Amino acid sequence: MTAVTPDTGHGTGHDTDLGQLAAAFDAAVAADERVEPRDWMPEEYRATLVRQMAQHAHSEIIGMQPEANWITRAPSLRRKAILMAKVQDEAGHGLYLYSAAETLGTSRDELLDKLHAGKQKYSSIFNYPTLTWADVGAIGWLVDGAAITNQVPICRCSYGPYARAMVRICKEESFHQRQGFELLMALSQGTEAQHAMAQDAVDRWWWPSLMMFGPPDDASSHSAQSMAWRIKRHSNDELRQRFVDIAVPQAESLGLTLPDPDLKWNEERGHHDFGAIDWAEFWDVLKGNGPCNAERIGRRRAAHEEGAWVREAAAAYADKQAAKDNGQTEEARV
Amino acid sequence: MTGTDTTRDTTRDIPAAAALALGDDALILSHRLGEWAGHAPVLEEEVALANIALDLLGQARVLLSLTGDEDELAFLREERSFRNLQLVEQPNGDFAHTIARQLFFSLYQHELYGELALGDGPFAPLAAKAVKETAYHRDHAEQWTLRLGDGTPESRARMRAALDALWRYTGEMFQPVEGLGDLDWAALEARWLAAVTALLERAGLALPEGPRTGAWAAGAGRQGLHTEPFGRLLAEMQHLHRSHPGASW
Repeated sequence: MTAVTPDTGHGTGHDTDLGQLAAAFDAAVAADERVEPRDWMPEEYRATLVRQMAQHAHSEIIGMQPEANWITRAPSLRRKAILMAKVQDEAGHGLYLYSAAETLGTSRDELLDKLHAGKQKYSSIFNYPTLTWADVGAIGWLVDGAAITNQVPICRCSYGPYARAMVRICKEESFHQRQGFELLMALSQGTEAQHAMAQDAVDRWWWPSLMMFGPPDDASSHSAQSMAWRIKRHSNDELRQRFVDIAVPQAESLGLTLPDPDLKWNEERGHHDFGAIDWAEFWDVLKGNGPCNAERIGRRRAAHEEGAWVREAAAAYADKQAAKDNGQTEEARV
Repeated sequence: MTGTDTTRDTTRDIPAAAALALGDDALILSHRLGEWAGHAPVLEEEVALANIALDLLGQARVLLSLTGDEDELAFLREERSFRNLQLVEQPNGDFAHTIARQLFFSLYQHELYGELALGDGPFAPLAAKAVKETAYHRDHAEQWTLRLGDGTPESRARMRAALDALWRYTGEMFQPVEGLGDLDWAALEARWLAAVTALLERAGLALPEGPRTGAWAAGAGRQGLHTEPFGRLLAEMQHLHRSHPGASW
């Protein structure tokens, strides 16, 4: 189902056309119809999607780094295989998302250049370091758990290619979340040192995970328009609350505590109350002052620059092959 | 079933030296490829290199489990007890070095597993599955050798340097491995050399000159003699496991 396919043969004037297209677009989105790449869409809608999808794709590929940090030190071969598969999935998610973004008239190279130049962002959570093996579990359980809470509603996003990419990504993310939970369970029920390692990781990742939902609703600059366009379905604070309510009983079954003395069930609200988030830290990390901002982007740039000669070789080879093929076609014609 | 079979220890039928040789090759090369995560020149190669690493790790786990506990064997053996080829432990270097290492090894593994899959020895079932994986690994390495060899002057120079640097580790591959049955290693080596020669010719690259093995390297890895970078690889791979004796993960 497509929302609005432009029909240039009718209408009396440009402004009227644009007005009609915009009205038809708004009506289609309000009726939960999907917008497809060839449909007419407002430029701001396109720009918002490119910004969000690019940020999402960048988060997948930057997010490989903190976990890849432990591939060579994984403590069992089974864990090593799971971790490698997970990091590989993230590269795959990056590929789907860059491809989905390309349907909006941009290119992967262009988006990567913006990432490398610091003009587009990635999720700030990846600016925190993975200091112990338990951090791999905490990322799976909390960071992927928060990501799923954020992303499941995007499976119903108004833009078709993004929504479809998210269906596949969410399936894999839910596997990632379970492996993180299971990894932490093994540590929590393991030796005293392993249990302490798990608790320490959860203590460090809990608050940054809550920040993943973005600033509070009254300070979120893009939220209202994205909700109207059905790119976003729930507010940051709603999703954050949903995540807290899911995580609390899971922490209990893990035998681990969450580092918030104000965390308690509120019977009246039917939700958990939780303590104040340190938004100063959030904005500081976002501005580039987190523990690993420089390392993450530095590593990404280095991989890109060191790989330039490989990409150039592949392009040169492809050109030569294409020239040979054309030559053969010409010969066949003569 | 006869009465004597009930007391048979099935692991005794597995030639341990061979399981370790093949298993360690796969384990160590998988580890090296895992080091590429987050460093690959293009996103598609993040996926491809991880895929190959995962296939190899899967093979390693089956092979090591044939002769003992996979984690004890991977994490608690000392350097001198590993039986992998020196080729697979060589550092990644640039992408050309990684591709040259992949080319030499995947051609070898593909030929070897092809032979083992045809037989009825204890490794035939594993080899039958692994030979399909190694066909993909071989294709990946061949395609990149062609692209780098016939790409730009820089890529050609880098690919040449990589092939030359790793050439001296290729002779060791054809030292007979005890327990793999009566394989014709000379024929295997001839097929490997023919495949390398043909491919490098297509890529416009000369076959490296110089010896394919030295006095030290002839079969050394299979005897537990490794190169200096290997100790550091093991230090990194084993430290966490060894720091928590007896723990489960």
